[in-house]
Amino acid sequence: MKKAADLPYALTAEVTHRCPLHCPYCSNPVELQRRESELSTDEWCRVLDQAGELGVAQVHFTGGEPLLRPDLERLVGRARENGLYVNLITSGVGLTEERVRQLKEAGVDSVQLSVQAPNAELSDSIAGFRAHELKRQAAARIRASGLPLHMNVVLHRANLPLLEEMIELCEEWGAERLELANAQYYGWALRNISQLLPTREQLEEAEAVYARAKERIGDRIELLWILPDYYEQYPKPCMGGWGRLSLTVAPDGRVLPCTASSDIRTLVFENVKERELAWIWHESPSFNAYRGYDWMPEPCRSCERKEHDYGGCRCQAFLLTGDARATDPVCVRSPHRSAVAERVRSAAGADAATADYIYRGLEPVELRRSRA
Amino acid sequence: MSSRALSERPRLRSPGRMKYDKARKTDMLLLPERVVELNEAAGAILWLCDGRRSVEQMIGELEERYGQTGLKDDIVEFLDSAAERGWLE
Repeated sequence: MKKAADLPYALTAEVTHRCPLHCPYCSNPVELQRRESELSTDEWCRVLDQAGELGVAQVHFTGGEPLLRPDLERLVGRARENGLYVNLITSGVGLTEERVRQLKEAGVDSVQLSVQAPNAELSDSIAGFRAHELKRQAAARIRASGLPLHMNVVLHRANLPLLEEMIELCEEWGAERLELANAQYYGWALRNISQLLPTREQLEEAEAVYARAKERIGDRIELLWILPDYYEQYPKPCMGGWGRLSLTVAPDGRVLPCTASSDIRTLVFENVKERELAWIWHESPSFNAYRGYDWMPEPCRSCERKEHDYGGCRCQAFLLTGDARATDPVCVRSPHRSAVAERVRSAAGADAATADYIYRGLEPVELRRSRA
Repeated sequence: MSSRALSERPRLRSPGRMKYDKARKTDMLLLPERVVELNEAAGAILWLCDGRRSVEQMIGELEERYGQTGLKDDIVEFLDSAAERGWLE
């Protein structure tokens, strides 16, 4: 008999891939879904009902930019009817006073606002859009509404040297929680890796800045440092294990074990238009593919760390080795470690000033990066 | 020993919320980026942290519900650890 899977705690609802921002490290897949293929309001409501029944306790509405869905308030309300904790992850673009009020009334519990850099010039050149001032306004509106403001910054070569200013900006804007997330190299970020991957020296300096800030700030703000795994010895326990804690529903209704997993071309992901969420979680081949330990090849299979890191990230294994079952190449025990080591080496020698980002998106970006 | 006064009225730290999860048949504490699955005792105590009940009232209610006496130390100790984890205001 098959061991019953644990129940998922969290649902990431990617309600759209459309976004006013064009960040070159976007976590959306390289093949973005267009508006025509997005789930309808009723289809999303059904997903939220099924998620609540399945045992999901928390939903993260994200995108793209979730505010681009005019039915977002309805979906938030439906999530609350199902007893879910509602977190909104937004660029802040489009977050008018009216919208904040409506979302709060609908039941949003917390808002996570992304920022790109501590100043408008760099921020806007990273986002490929004049968003920085809009974000400042959004932060003020979130605070004024009484909703808790959480912020996140994706860290990379261009903004790591400004980490201290970045943290100060988030303090000034009134963040209660700040996620400092070193870029993870999938999809768009992998395309742009030569311009994004920091050097080891940059990273060590930033870590020292983080440690000092943590000491200064204490528990006034919850500061989190998401490790850049390319510089680690061992892989991250990605997603807390495949199909173990959470699931993602993509804009077109495909259900994924994590937001990056549609990159794995060797798997077929089921769609909520055709299957119940509970069936997909418990029975589908994609969710069962890397559960437990039986699927593992060596060196993971006999490794004492497997119960800690689950062999690392399946998406990274697929992207860098072509085999999603392989040991995450970040691991020093991986026979493919050179795939990571080479990228790290070329980052050390790269000149960030010489090339342009490949901006994420369906449309060309007008606001180019003026200089590194 | 805890310095917690029995007259204190503990409240969950905003924006945290309690939920009874039907699928797992357990109480859960929902926090912005975390879900905490609680054992029965922890759930029973946290449901009462509504900012209106004093610690003394909570002890009285729980002793009555479970038909036990002498729960004070355990309850106060749990509240201290909950506060330390940032679950309470």
